[in-house]
Amino acid sequence: MDFLSLFPPEFIRIIISSIIIVTFIFVNAIIMVYLERKIAGHIQRRPGPMEVGPHGILQTIIDGIKLITKQLIIPTDVNKPLFRLAPLLSFTPSILPFIVIPFSKSFQARDLDLGIVFILAISAINVLALLVAGWASDNKYSLFGAMRAVSQNIAFEVPILLSILSVVLMTNTFSMQGIVAAQNKIWFVLLQPIAFIVYFISGLAETNRAPFDLPEAESELTAGFHTEYSGMGFGLFFLGEYGNMFIVSSIATVLFLGGWHGPFPLPFGDFTNIIWFMIKVYALLILMVQIRWTYPRVRFDQLLNLAWKYLIPISIVNLLITAVIVKL
Amino acid sequence: MIQQDSTNRESFLLNMGPQHPSTHGVLRVILEMDGEYIVNLEPVLGYGHRMHEKMAESRAWQSFYANMPRMDYVGALPFNHGYVGLIERMTGIEVPKRAEYIRVITSELNRLSSHLLWVGAFLLDLGAFTPILYTFDDREHILDILEDITGSRLTYSYYRVGGVYRDVDYKFINKTRDFLIRLKERFKIYKDLVTDNIIFIKRLKGVGIISQDMARRYGVTGAVLRGSGIKYDIRKNEPYSVYPELDFEIPIGHSGDSFDRYIVKMQEMEQSIRIIDQALDRLPDGPFKGKVPKKISLPPGDYNFAVETARGELSYYMVGDGSEIPYRLKIRVPSYSNLSLLPELCQGMLLADMVATMGSLDLVIPEIDR
Repeated sequence: MDFLSLFPPEFIRIIISSIIIVTFIFVNAIIMVYLERKIAGHIQRRPGPMEVGPHGILQTIIDGIKLITKQLIIPTDVNKPLFRLAPLLSFTPSILPFIVIPFSKSFQARDLDLGIVFILAISAINVLALLVAGWASDNKYSLFGAMRAVSQNIAFEVPILLSILSVVLMTNTFSMQGIVAAQNKIWFVLLQPIAFIVYFISGLAETNRAPFDLPEAESELTAGFHTEYSGMGFGLFFLGEYGNMFIVSSIATVLFLGGWHGPFPLPFGDFTNIIWFMIKVYALLILMVQIRWTYPRVRFDQLLNLAWKYLIPISIVNLLITAVIVKL
Repeated sequence: MIQQDSTNRESFLLNMGPQHPSTHGVLRVILEMDGEYIVNLEPVLGYGHRMHEKMAESRAWQSFYANMPRMDYVGALPFNHGYVGLIERMTGIEVPKRAEYIRVITSELNRLSSHLLWVGAFLLDLGAFTPILYTFDDREHILDILEDITGSRLTYSYYRVGGVYRDVDYKFINKTRDFLIRLKERFKIYKDLVTDNIIFIKRLKGVGIISQDMARRYGVTGAVLRGSGIKYDIRKNEPYSVYPELDFEIPIGHSGDSFDRYIVKMQEMEQSIRIIDQALDRLPDGPFKGKVPKKISLPPGDYNFAVETARGELSYYMVGDGSEIPYRLKIRVPSYSNLSLLPELCQGMLLADMVATMGSLDLVIPEIDR
């Protein structure tokens, strides 16, 4: 213990939290990939992965090992530093928001006063990663994907912000714990249904999930911004995508679905309420998976029209109405 | 080849194919792009060229027969039908009624399987991953049925001059009837999931409009032509086999956009079911193969025979010189003409619309590169 006492307790706390968060991201990605492939399989009337382990539960781990051991192919004409940097740039911002996500009253690395603003600020970096990847790849399809990603993310950040603001107006706090605490009587999805729907649609678009997966649009752009990536370069983009999905779902849970509040109290609620939180998050994630495997892809102009012509005006009106009612 | 204008710095070239998920085979399309918009487009062919027409001139007509299904492997039986029909017309060989009915039933089954595959692949082009597995499931049943009587699943050589290779049995008839009942049920799923889907409709309505004049100029056939509102189907306009005895309609579209082409194909499937139902009811007893001489020489002169494949008009034009070896065989395939209007059709289009439009034309590349 003498060794540990050399460091300030805050430092140790940070290290432990980061280790837990990174582990959690990988575990979550493993579960989500397996879940997605199984659900996709059953939607498509096939069993999904079945070979590795019982019902294929080890399939994602094997796939991960394959991705890690694969040779990183770097095409000759790419901008090498940027090409290497882009996957990291995409993965890192999907870690940081976990610091402020309140899994339960005690399971939170740090309750910042500006928690939700912190998340929004960090996740905005992701689009930079896609732009860098597309630009550095020296491939026209990648560039197409990157350009689409940028305009799509910028367009949908506005309705996300507006719908979050209408919740913040009701709670008078940016702190994630504060927002959860404000919902101990009634969940905000009942008071702000429009904001929830706007947020969820925009969240799908922010994470580049089908039907808004235009940056990778397989049938048009082969693989979009990650066309030239192989091995773990591709793997990091993949992890980043699942990390972002988890963040979008957990923000939706915190803001609209009552966070870790459950229908009945559990013993040691400060810790065990994480179960309620996870159930809600995974329900949203499964919904996202189901949407992906059901609908065709929208066209690019339709996607932007959806944001600028429908979602933004709707959420502005919603925000104004909220403001008037709350402040009266 | 598109030449890039050095003074025009606004546009750039994008090479789509020969390996690309939505060109369905080895078609290469050179796109001149202005951002996401297509300024100019040129399809490049020849990656899968096998000199079929030249091969026909160098061997006896029987030896060439096996090449037929290799052209359009998705809907191979109408290609069989056209070739044996041509030889029968040249030599005046009579075909028993039962054989003609079997040909119609199997051809229509093959048309169904081809259309089902197209629906799935078309939706894959639009970014919907799931429907193709449902249509493949249905198609699998057809392949099983056809495998039982023809012996192959994809490249059939089932028809023979003067009849068919094998007779059908009650097992085939029962399986086909069961399948048709099942398929009718499945159409409801397709309607709910696909046809009424708002994203699907928005992606296709008003996209890739082919006017009647344009359709005539390029000589397109099949669902592409009928989607523009022109009622032209070889089965009705130049009836062959026993089609005149059967009651069916030719569905047509109105505006000629991609959505109309989709609707026409879906309605054609319903008509095919109708045809098979009737043909099974009327299937006469009797021989499945007529009297055919051991050696058939091709009489001198020009002969033509056309059939309606799943993609449009297929026409064989043969010149015989009294020997077994054709002097010349010209094959007019539907996909070639249907592809030829793509450059005019896609000018000024978004890349995503171009993929959707190309999908709606239902191209089979080995048929173009034959």
